[in-house]
Amino acid sequence: MANTQEKLKDHLRETRIFSSRVIVAGVGVVILILILLLRMSYLQIASHEHFTTLSQNNRVSIVPVPPTRGLIFDRNGEVLAQNLPSFSLELVPEKIDDVDATIEDIKEIIKVSDNDIAQFNKAQKRKRAFQSLPLRFRLNEEEVARFSVRQHQFPGVEIKARLMREYPHGSLAVHALGYVGRINEAELKVLDVADYNGTTHIGKTGVERYYEELLHGDVGYRKIESNARGRVLRVLEEERPKPGHNIFLNLDINVQKTAEEALQGLRGAVVAIDVKTGGVVALASMPGFDPNPFVNGIDSRSYRMLANSQDRPLFNRAIKGRYPPGSTMKPFVGLAGLEYDEVHGGSEVSCIGWYQLKNDEHKYRDWKKTGHGFVTLHEAIQESCDVYYYDLSLRLGIDRIYEFNKHFGFGAVSGIDILGETSGLLPSREWKRAAKHEAWYPGETLITGIGQGFNVMSPIQLAVGTATLANYGLHLGPKLVYATQESGKGTLEYLPLNILGIVPIVKKENWDYMVSSMKSVVHSLRGTARGIGKGVKYTIAGKTGTAQVFGIAQEEEYDQENLEDHLRDHALFIAYAPIEDPELAVAVIVENGESGGSVAAPIARVVMDAYILGKKRG
Amino acid sequence: MARSALSQGFENQQQTGTQGFFQSIHIDWPLMTGILVLVASGLIVLYSASGEDWNIMTRQMIWLFIALTVMVLTAQIPPHHLEFWAPWVFGIGLMFLVMVLLFGDVGKGAQRWLNLGLFKFQPSEMMKFAVPMMVAWYMASRPLPPSLKRIFIALLIILIPVGLIAKQPDLGTSILVGSAGLFVLLFTGISWFFVGGFLVLLAAIAPVIWFFYMHDYQRQRVLTFLHPENDPLGSGYHIIQSKIAIGSGGLYGKGWLNGTQSQLDFLPERSTDFIFAVFAEEFGLVGVIGLLAIYLYIIFRGLVIAVQAQSSFGRLLAGSLVLTFMVYIIVNIGMVSGLLPVVGVPLPLVSYGGTSLVTLMVAFGILMSIHTHRKLLTS
Repeated sequence: MANTQEKLKDHLRETRIFSSRVIVAGVGVVILILILLLRMSYLQIASHEHFTTLSQNNRVSIVPVPPTRGLIFDRNGEVLAQNLPSFSLELVPEKIDDVDATIEDIKEIIKVSDNDIAQFNKAQKRKRAFQSLPLRFRLNEEEVARFSVRQHQFPGVEIKARLMREYPHGSLAVHALGYVGRINEAELKVLDVADYNGTTHIGKTGVERYYEELLHGDVGYRKIESNARGRVLRVLEEERPKPGHNIFLNLDINVQKTAEEALQGLRGAVVAIDVKTGGVVALASMPGFDPNPFVNGIDSRSYRMLANSQDRPLFNRAIKGRYPPGSTMKPFVGLAGLEYDEVHGGSEVSCIGWYQLKNDEHKYRDWKKTGHGFVTLHEAIQESCDVYYYDLSLRLGIDRIYEFNKHFGFGAVSGIDILGETSGLLPSREWKRAAKHEAWYPGETLITGIGQGFNVMSPIQLAVGTATLANYGLHLGPKLVYATQESGKGTLEYLPLNILGIVPIVKKENWDYMVSSMKSVVHSLRGTARGIGKGVKYTIAGKTGTAQVFGIAQEEEYDQENLEDHLRDHALFIAYAPIEDPELAVAVIVENGESGGSVAAPIARVVMDAYILGKKRG
Repeated sequence: MARSALSQGFENQQQTGTQGFFQSIHIDWPLMTGILVLVASGLIVLYSASGEDWNIMTRQMIWLFIALTVMVLTAQIPPHHLEFWAPWVFGIGLMFLVMVLLFGDVGKGAQRWLNLGLFKFQPSEMMKFAVPMMVAWYMASRPLPPSLKRIFIALLIILIPVGLIAKQPDLGTSILVGSAGLFVLLFTGISWFFVGGFLVLLAAIAPVIWFFYMHDYQRQRVLTFLHPENDPLGSGYHIIQSKIAIGSGGLYGKGWLNGTQSQLDFLPERSTDFIFAVFAEEFGLVGVIGLLAIYLYIIFRGLVIAVQAQSSFGRLLAGSLVLTFMVYIIVNIGMVSGLLPVVGVPLPLVSYGGTSLVTLMVAFGILMSIHTHRKLLTS
């Protein structure tokens, strides 16, 4: 049939066409497979290293392990700052879809304050999204249990056990110890980011800040393998962190406690120094505050209360307070008079209650209106006669007063191991010319000699000056810390004595004379601090001071009652004991305490009792 | 290796007696060997990719058994029966597709499944062989090469099911079904001028498809393909992690069960669509060359079967099925290695999952049927 024949012809043609198409297809297949192979070679050979790195980064991550902070002990080994395990609730923002909503949900299980959220948000801005950030610290056991039950509802939220700084003595010695707090933005800029990787807290004030580097230790690392969900599968490598050094203070917590209790309800400061070493045995500034809430960020209301309080509890009076020394300056000026040979033990001055310069109408008054009569230097110290000192100051002149007192550390920072202390002010001709562009007037010499005028000192400076006097001129720098200890090692590393200078002695008798005069302040019937001499089991050399407060700030004018309170004189007292073998030098200042002898001196007495008698008992 | 097996196939047709048993149960042994080697390699990779999950392994082996059984059964059907039933199979498939759109089950944002009570059924899968069967039937009924009018009708036959599948939406399957139909046309000997014109037309309507017919997630996939680094933790994650897996494998690979990308869960869909990345990570470029060689062997054996087919229908259908198998490979490896956008196409006979396994085995069954019934026709 024609039809079949046609089909047969077609069949041959079709086969031919089909076969050629199959060849084309075969070539096409080979080309496409070759393209795939080329792509594979590019990925697996040419870019192999690149992808190997990415694959490593995928699975291996380096996690910092923060070091344990060093402990702080007092001189008897009592713990002042420690690390306690504490549970905190931490979030990894990267793993949470909606952080705000999650926090809202957490709020229903665990109390989270607005302050916690604010702190968290602040931290979130500067940390990377995969880092774990604390939302709440110090969860109690009930909270831990309540959250753990619902853990599965909160991916990316975890309860972590951390070591938290704790100050077992609360507010005691807060101005010496200071405290740690969460690292803030400004600190982040200056500190070594690598070393603080993983560390959340840093020393903010006091010893905690000054010895931050030692206390912090060195960060460790853990190389971990994790899966896509961030679950840690195993630790590949570990470099353990090096814990911070332990620190031992000269501070005696019992003496400190005595000092703070004695200052209870007052505004003031006590600094007690170990005469032989310069070690700071007590450093009290009252009122104080509890540092523990500061560790995890104090809430703003409590902080405002502390910051705005008229009693200024946050202010470290012991090193930052600037007080006119008043009559506590007299032993130093008197000693200058003796050493410069302007006066001697027998020189007498007639005190009629006031003093006048030649060609000057102004009467420089004595605190005792009726005057002291004829007084020697000994009596001028014992009874604190101002007229004698007006006369002496004039003889010495401001230059020699300045020169001599400088040796005791006045007018310069003491170098105590806390930051932020004031240098006070020991006025001189040069200072006045530079600061006030004025010449020095003789009248200013007179009031400088009795510790008024431009003169200001901090309690630490007064204490160091007193210790230097007790040491017969050996000027030792005050130190809160006496030794450090590398963690895990038993041996203590002692800090060397810090000899700042030696007051040149002309005649040792002059110093003996001044010491005996100061002794009579306490131990004679006419001494201004005779009240504390009663029943004392050792000898005390002391000097009272009552400093006038001036320079009323304009804003204080409104509050009549407070204004009057703040106008009252400051009460001061410096002393050391025992005289024969000096152990402790003390400086006490009670703001607006009015009487050095009856307000400040008893505080020094209990502090010395606590130290000297306590030491004998111990 | 591929060569000797191929020539063995050629010898097969002369030596009637030696492999009489396989002839009588209609198994093409050279093709069967390639399939079994591939399936075995697939199981080895799946064991690693599934995280040594024997549950998954057992299910895959059951599916393999079912699929191989279906293949052997399909191979028993003489090609002229297939030709006879082609319009019916196509018609029923088309009807199922419409039903899916009307009452199908929704999964992963797409409507692909038809719940038949006893089991769920994906009609788009059967279109992978139903469409080339239909086009081959239509084309074989008249002398070739076809007239323009017949080409146009054939295009309609292809486009209707492809459109329905794309609407589900299932881009991967519609590409496979579409190319299966078009390959038939290619083998009919239509002029290259026409093929070129068609490709130009496709490029021209691509923007129209982009704006009017693509779903957001499909557009997202294409955008992600172009710029995976824009969204490394979102939709670009698949491509980035898969490239890391392949690249870090290197020349010799990290070793079986030692691929960190896959074992530590960084690689998504690692048992199914992205199983090639697991393979490349653990066996390296050397392994990849081996795998591609097996695929190449199967394809060329398929092309030999197509060339030796005696009817127009058998030739066209066999050629189309073989090239569609190749499209699976190119699209899957292309997307896993970042050459092509991510479309849901499994790595044939290796990826976990029963549906595609059964469909592919039906296609191989058809190939075997075409080849093994040839003798009966001539003698």
